[in-house]
Amino acid sequence: MTVIANILIVTTIVVGLIFTIVTMIGILRLPDVYTRAHAASKSATLGVLSILLGVFFHFWLKEDHFSISLLLGIVFLFITSPIGGHLMGRAAYMSGVKPTELTVGDDLKEAVKEAKEQNMKRLKD
Amino acid sequence: MAFQILLNFFIAVVWMFMSSSLTATTFIIGYLIGLILIIITRRFFKSRLYIWRLWAAIKLTLLFFKELILSNISVLLLVIRPKLDLHPMIFALPTELEQEWEITLLSSLITLTPGTIVLHVSDDQRTLYIHAIDVEDVDEAIDSIKNSFEKAILEVSRA
Repeated sequence: MTVIANILIVTTIVVGLIFTIVTMIGILRLPDVYTRAHAASKSATLGVLSILLGVFFHFWLKEDHFSISLLLGIVFLFITSPIGGHLMGRAAYMSGVKPTELTVGDDLKEAVKEAKEQNMKRLKD
Repeated sequence: MAFQILLNFFIAVVWMFMSSSLTATTFIIGYLIGLILIIITRRFFKSRLYIWRLWAAIKLTLLFFKELILSNISVLLLVIRPKLDLHPMIFALPTELEQEWEITLLSSLITLTPGTIVLHVSDDQRTLYIHAIDVEDVDEAIDSIKNSFEKAILEVSRA
């Protein structure tokens, strides 16, 4: 039983560490804001989540303490982290950060341009 | 849906009072009896039986966890590749979802799935602008994933 618990705890924490390291490498290697947001918003979520899960299993199976606040932490992380990634990407785009030159197509450009023109028109009237 | 759950709770509480034992076990027995009663009288309710929506929500959660793990593996493979060979693209995706919580849920799910993050939701809430990290293999695969997510959300929200 303790062997199984140990394996569970060690695997979840190691997986979390691997994904956190991947986040870091991704932020260093990828070319622009938007591709970095991919690495940051996905791998960071799963990385922190697995570490929290490992800590939860440790306290539950070895110390007999069922920690509900860790579970709540996991849920809050799930709700907030994609919104954070989305908001940073959107703020970067709206303030005019150019995507990398590798980018193939951009459908958002026209939409933003139209919205800006309409805004200008409204201001003039 | 909320009305059916409330009714089920009410039946369970009535059962607790009828058997005059206020314990969790009695509550669970009463809840199951209430569930059976609601299933028998299902044609008097306007909306679907709430257990189907609960089941759809559970399926959506499982789908979400599967996609989260797949997306992390794909980011891992992308990042540790020796030569970065990316073709990012920002594309528009028309959506049929209408309520705001559905769109929020869909964009959160898209952000946590392989190779895509949502950059902008159009003002009329009919289009999502999505940044895909690699167009080659993703563009078509993504549309199918979107369909599966959108369908799963509709399954949950359908009355």
